Amino acid sequence: MSTEATTAPEGTSPSGAGPLGRVRDRAQLGLCAALAVVGVVVLVDAASLGRVTSSNDPIGPRAMPFVVGGLLLLVSVLYALDVLRGGVGEAEAGEDVELGQRADWKTVGILAGAFALNALLIEPLGWVISGALLFFLSAFALGNRHHVRGLAIGIAMSLVTFYAFAIGLGVNLPAGILQGIL
Amino acid sequence: MDNVNALLGGFAAVITPMNLLIALLGVTVGTAVGVLPGIGPAMTVALLLPVTYGLPVEQSLILFGGIFYGGMYGGSTTSILLNTPGESASVVTALEGNKMAKAGRAAQALATSAIGSFVAGTIATAAIVFVMPQVVDFAITLGSPEFLAIILVAFVGTAAILGSSRVRGFAALLVGLALGLVGTDFVTGQQRLTFGSPFLADNIDVVVVAVGIFAVGEALWVAAHLRRKAATVIPVGRPWMSKEDWGRSWKPWLRGTALGFPFGAIPAGGAEIPTFLSYLTERKLTKHPEEFGKGAIEGVAGPEAANNASAAGTMVPLLALGLPTNATAAIIIAAFMSYGIEPGPLLLTKEPDLVWMLVASLFIGNFFLLVLNLPLAPTWAKLLRIPRPYLYAGILFFASMGAYAVNAQPFDLFLLLALGGLGFAMRRFGLPVLPLIVGTILGPLFERHMRRSLQTTGGDISGLVGGPVAWVCYAFVLAVLLWPLVARLIGRGRGGSDDDTPGDDSPPSPGVEYDRVATWEGVGS
Repeated sequence: MSTEATTAPEGTSPSGAGPLGRVRDRAQLGLCAALAVVGVVVLVDAASLGRVTSSNDPIGPRAMPFVVGGLLLLVSVLYALDVLRGGVGEAEAGEDVELGQRADWKTVGILAGAFALNALLIEPLGWVISGALLFFLSAFALGNRHHVRGLAIGIAMSLVTFYAFAIGLGVNLPAGILQGIL
Repeated sequence: MDNVNALLGGFAAVITPMNLLIALLGVTVGTAVGVLPGIGPAMTVALLLPVTYGLPVEQSLILFGGIFYGGMYGGSTTSILLNTPGESASVVTALEGNKMAKAGRAAQALATSAIGSFVAGTIATAAIVFVMPQVVDFAITLGSPEFLAIILVAFVGTAAILGSSRVRGFAALLVGLALGLVGTDFVTGQQRLTFGSPFLADNIDVVVVAVGIFAVGEALWVAAHLRRKAATVIPVGRPWMSKEDWGRSWKPWLRGTALGFPFGAIPAGGAEIPTFLSYLTERKLTKHPEEFGKGAIEGVAGPEAANNASAAGTMVPLLALGLPTNATAAIIIAAFMSYGIEPGPLLLTKEPDLVWMLVASLFIGNFFLLVLNLPLAPTWAKLLRIPRPYLYAGILFFASMGAYAVNAQPFDLFLLLALGGLGFAMRRFGLPVLPLIVGTILGPLFERHMRRSLQTTGGDISGLVGGPVAWVCYAFVLAVLLWPLVARLIGRGRGGSDDDTPGDDSPPSPGVEYDRVATWEGVGS
């Protein structure tokens, strides 16, 4: 998503001047473009499929992607028309959500980083370490400043989940470098 | 009375000490997680799905029955004690429920909601016992063209009716359909949209999509807009009701149930419409109209019953046709699939024991819920004060654990993050998430029925037309698609000057709902 997405959803552009005068929240047009790109990707991929049809399967694997891709293009155009006529999708509210202020991209960035780090470390280091780190870093990003407590809760949670699910219920969670110790 | 006998068999299977313990555990965990702010029933079930991987299928279904009703009830506690409902079905409960809580009647609001949920859940689950086998009897006579048409109704219904902006609903649906295409074609073995990745060749797991969109997307979205000052929680004692409260509640419970169940049971129903209808009905019928808007107990009792009855109603298309009509049902379908059980009209014939056991465990879970929630309400209320950094860090923690556990591939965690980004964008731009999940789950099924229908006619398009059931479905789809045009023509005919601004339709938010209730009133009178 473009950085324009940081603007609050309501009342971003004052009505009046310019051809895009009625457009509220222009980042929506970026979303329409993204939908169109997905549509094109689906169509190109479908076109690259071999024409395998048989009496058992008269339409083959290409028909459905062609329909989906074509409709994606159609909807992206209709969506853009809706936006140009002043349509705006209302951002989702929630118990802990305060809309109307700029999005906090730093927090989201650290969270995404912590999440990706977990994905990289889960097999070499094991779930107990990577999970505890994920919890600690996420809590930190979200404003937790009791570092020791955050780390302690993280370690406790990853140990409990490892023993309960991996050892108790046989769920797939790697032990990593702690193999043999846990 | 075959149904009742089969149900009794289901009860016999459930009532062992171990299974009852699992049911109790499901209800407790479901309620506890559902109470947590920001976690609705769908996310509760998605996050807890991996817990069930290690269990045998019977016990995991019992656990699910508990989690299903527990998560539902937990959500309404949140909307009564904090005035910010997490999902559209609880919006109406919050209207009067939070007013009651603010006026010092939180205990009564929680009590009418708990008992109303129990009454509605029990009646509606009993209705499943009688309705579901009838639907199955009907459904097994249908062929692929009919199923194709019914799935199309589910698509159009979730995309165009449940949301408020049709074009946004269809955009979400199509993205879901595109996600459903990724992987190896089931007939020819060709790879579609896999970009050469062996991880994608195995299709994207629906659980990963659900956890990514619901849990990770939500956590990232909240993180970007975190309320720095925690919302005030209204303290509550043990729920109880006076004789007068009982007298004012029981009729709304029954009316709410009657409204909720049918809407849940049709493929494009949902809980939003029946909860509104119930609210409007109670406001019309009440002997205390002056209390509405200030905390009328009827305004909690009716919609809460409607919400639960509709949730139970979704079990009918879920078990009889394999069609998910709300987000929670979509995830239960995903759970079925992860056990290699194919949902659909043959489910009841192939796995009758499992189906009746699930229904029996719904009854039992519902009963435990009542026993558990009345005394434990003050404890649940304390959960609302959990520090937000720990709460959302915990969601990410459990989400990544669950997604990894599906296939034991770190790749799925990157996929989860990408889907979380998609979920974030959808919340930012007001795209509904349900059509996406429905598209991902039903897209492959739709394609299968489409290819099978055309097989019989050798590719001739007439194979899609089918019989009368399909015609009715197509007529419905056409009516929904053409409705805006028709409405505009009628508006012109009357000389109405309604400038059809698309911006006017916005998803539900408490403020908007008041307006909408007002408009509906206007239409009715």
